[in-house]
Amino acid sequence: MAHLKFSQTHEWVRLEGDHAEIGISEYAQHSLGDVVFVDLPQVGSHYEAGEEFGAIESVKAASELNMPISGTVTAVNEALIDHPELVNQDPLKNWIIKIKVTDASHFDHLLDEAAYAKSHK
Amino acid sequence: MNHKYLPHTDADIAGMLETLRLRSLDDLFADVPEKVRLKSAYDIPPALSESQLRTHLGQSGGRQLVSFRGFGAYDHERPAHIDALSSRQEFLTSYTPYQPEVSQGTLQYIFEFQSVVCELTGLDVANASMYDGATAAAEAMMMAVILTNHPRVLASGALLPHVLEVLKTYAHFRGVELVVVPTKDGVIDTHELSELSKDPYAALIAAYPNRFGIVEDLSHLAEQTHQNQALLIAYCDLVALTVFKTPGSAGADIACGEAQSLGLPLSFGGPYVGYLATIAKYVRKMPGRICGMTTDNRGQRAYVLTLQAREQHIRRDKANSNICSNQSLMALQATIYAVTLGRQGLIEVAKRSIGAMHYLAERLVATGLFKKTYDAPFGYEVALTYRRKIDALNAKLTEKGYLGGYPLDERTAVYYAGEKMTKTLIDAFVAAVKEADHEI
Amino acid sequence: MKYDKLIFELSKPGRVGYALPDQDLPETDLNRLYDANLLRERPAELPEVSELDVVRHYTNVSRLNFGVETGFYPLGSCTMKYNPKINDEVASLPGFRNIHPLQPTSTLQPLLRLYDEAATMLSHISGMAATSLNPFAGAHGELTGLMIMKAYHERRHDSRRTKVIIPDSAHGTNPASAAMLGYECITIKSTPEGLVDLQALQANLSEEVAGIMLTNPNTLGLFEKDILEISRLVHEAGGLLYYDGANLNALLGVARPGDMGFDIMHMNLHKTFSTPHGGGGPGSGPVGVAKHLVDLLPNPRIVKKDGGYAIENAPDAIGQIGGFYGNFLVVVRSYAYLRVMGAALGKVGPYAVLNANYVKEKLRAFYRLPIDGKYMHEFVFNGLIDQSTGIRTLDVAKRLLDYNVHAPTIYFPLLFEQSIMIEPTEGESKETLDEFVKIMASIAKEALEEPDCVRLAPHFTPVGRLDEVAAARKPILNYREYAKQL
Repeated sequence: MAHLKFSQTHEWVRLEGDHAEIGISEYAQHSLGDVVFVDLPQVGSHYEAGEEFGAIESVKAASELNMPISGTVTAVNEALIDHPELVNQDPLKNWIIKIKVTDASHFDHLLDEAAYAKSHK
Repeated sequence: MNHKYLPHTDADIAGMLETLRLRSLDDLFADVPEKVRLKSAYDIPPALSESQLRTHLGQSGGRQLVSFRGFGAYDHERPAHIDALSSRQEFLTSYTPYQPEVSQGTLQYIFEFQSVVCELTGLDVANASMYDGATAAAEAMMMAVILTNHPRVLASGALLPHVLEVLKTYAHFRGVELVVVPTKDGVIDTHELSELSKDPYAALIAAYPNRFGIVEDLSHLAEQTHQNQALLIAYCDLVALTVFKTPGSAGADIACGEAQSLGLPLSFGGPYVGYLATIAKYVRKMPGRICGMTTDNRGQRAYVLTLQAREQHIRRDKANSNICSNQSLMALQATIYAVTLGRQGLIEVAKRSIGAMHYLAERLVATGLFKKTYDAPFGYEVALTYRRKIDALNAKLTEKGYLGGYPLDERTAVYYAGEKMTKTLIDAFVAAVKEADHEI
Repeated sequence: MKYDKLIFELSKPGRVGYALPDQDLPETDLNRLYDANLLRERPAELPEVSELDVVRHYTNVSRLNFGVETGFYPLGSCTMKYNPKINDEVASLPGFRNIHPLQPTSTLQPLLRLYDEAATMLSHISGMAATSLNPFAGAHGELTGLMIMKAYHERRHDSRRTKVIIPDSAHGTNPASAAMLGYECITIKSTPEGLVDLQALQANLSEEVAGIMLTNPNTLGLFEKDILEISRLVHEAGGLLYYDGANLNALLGVARPGDMGFDIMHMNLHKTFSTPHGGGGPGSGPVGVAKHLVDLLPNPRIVKKDGGYAIENAPDAIGQIGGFYGNFLVVVRSYAYLRVMGAALGKVGPYAVLNANYVKEKLRAFYRLPIDGKYMHEFVFNGLIDQSTGIRTLDVAKRLLDYNVHAPTIYFPLLFEQSIMIEPTEGESKETLDEFVKIMASIAKEALEEPDCVRLAPHFTPVGRLDEVAAARKPILNYREYAKQL
């Protein structure tokens, strides 16, 4: 069963066993505006929780993407290379990276959907 | 009495102060501490009229010389329409094109400049220009460091000295180890390069042509650096690229340099204009402004600054660079020059410069006073070794109205000849050299 | 119909736009001089056009632009004042323009004297002990100034100072420059009055702070009235004060950064000192320093020596930050400006501040003034007071273009969501200001009564709003790329 949680920096992580998908929230895509580019990491790279794994650019802003939990990148969403707007269209469905989790402890510190919604009112 | 740049009459000021419910202009500065308020006028001279200024500045110039010196600043034939066009107020007085609807002029010529640079370098993308060649090289260096994550860069000892100095300064303050690769026989010492390549590095910056006017083979350098997972940055003169193999086709990752040689006046060193170009995959790591084509809401083809998310006003402390401007007007002038000379003309400029230089070198060597310092193939600059002290020769030549070769050491100098140099002018210079040598 | 041709599209093989002198030398045979592998294989695809083609083309391209002489250009923080023609004329004198940077100094004495005089005048105006004219632009001057700050601490062998304090209202180049040099930026929030929060400043000062970067007046146009206290606090903590000279125009005739305690500063000749912006350059960003930092100014330097002038490299300098001596012809223009202004320079600040306050008072009935402070040469509105029809700052800015006024700076400073930063400059008459007020008031009215007119603006400019998203998603950055997809 997949658990969905959010970080303070507006990434979401959908954890299923020891694998996870990571993307950005509805709030994040809305603040950015039309996404023009997603800077994807290399498959096989490892990042700790909180570390920057990539970046996402719109016309008026650019944001780092930070790991909500620690892991190794197993896949990047290549569709975003030619169609970065997929992130705007469905931010919760269109994941950015998939990881194999190396340390799930941070997952407990993340916000569930309700808490996240409250946090940026 | 009013000043011609300050239109306010006393009545204007009184009326405006009344709207603000203030009594005097002084009231506007209530928040400025008394301690720092100026109590007296600036210590600058009283105002001049325009004719007085013209006279004064007419007497404040340098002495114009017939020049056989390049070394980073190249004299070329400059068509009159460049100034006529670039001094149009719409180009001259406008600001950075942040409101693209009223800046299509600027944006379009930047697009054309970028196109010209790509054509000449053979690379995929170019930016809207940089301050000058040396700072463009420094920015290219940082770009490579960021891309590879190796804070170590190798730079050819045959780059122009002022380019090396700027690279050193930027490297020092940005925590990059800059290693100068020694030269041998006027080119990069390949053995030394191999040794230095054993430790990881971000890039090799090679000069093309180099400070001795020599044209080195970039393809081998590209191969070698790529084998070491490093980038090749080629510091090139754009005029040379019309006839010599381009950095793009040689496999360089970045080309940068000084575009002053595209018809900009010598100007005692500035304003000039730097350029930077790279391969497509590095476009988002390129510093500086970039202009792209798009459409407007009326379906028209138009231009706009793009990929701005990389830049300082958005990324702030995460920007690729702090650069906030380019040398727009100079890029315009360089573009007008390049398109005026065009496909054939720029090749002619290069060929004739090379021809003039080879003729001059031949004649100087034939006097018996000089030897070619290096054997390697040269373009429109060459290093020659004089039999006596070059400073003494140059001093005499200056008395005669010439600017001789740039001294590299006590006896060696680098000479330049451009397409303006005719046989007559060159012969006269050679005669002057013989005379000067005699007089020392 | 907008002029829509690229120079490449006017090309016809065989056409020429140039004439080169007959050298009376044999034609150069490249194949004889060089190995084939050194030579270019195919020519650069530059256009082949006649001189008239070039002249018509760029004349038409220029008409797509709005310049200071086209109309009012109240860009906050940019000081778009009139660029006097005499400045351009004297900058074109052959004795300046035809001079090679590496000529012997014996041929350069009057020119070097001029250069030195320009630097000296700028030092007098800024209250600094010495000024380097080498940096090419404001951002470049900032970088140079921060290198001086870093070198200062390096030479004191103080490696703890890794941070720089920057107010949240700062221009983006400030943190970018600091970060470029490896500094960590500490951002301190402004007070509700829009000024540096002294308590926040004190809390963040420590032995790890190299210095603070400030603009004064700040980017909101407000004078940091506690500047002497800020200076004292930072100096006591062992840090240096850096002054971003973008807003120096407000202080001409009023005060000098050097007297406020700043140790290092940059100026913008293309803002305060009337040199043309050129569509984005060339500018010039001279750096001034207090006495104790003079040795650190960049090389090469033009110095008084043996009754004349020399070009030297000083051993303690931070190094070289540009190829030669800066944008010399730009310096000549600013020199001309100072020589023609003379004592009138002292009126620039007061008139600039008067103009800004006048416009602010007249428009505050229509636009939100988020901070009712004592503004100087510029001020910031935070969008329309009445935004019930959804008209935002961007729309107002675009509608202004229809009235032949260049929009003010928008969306900066970042402190306010709908920033409109207006800087009239001292050279605009009361009539121009009244006209601007009328137009802005009229747009505010349109926003309520005919919002679509504003929302879909501009209507009368050569092009309408541009698709910036497409430009960033699928960048076409040169003619070759464009031609490929035809």
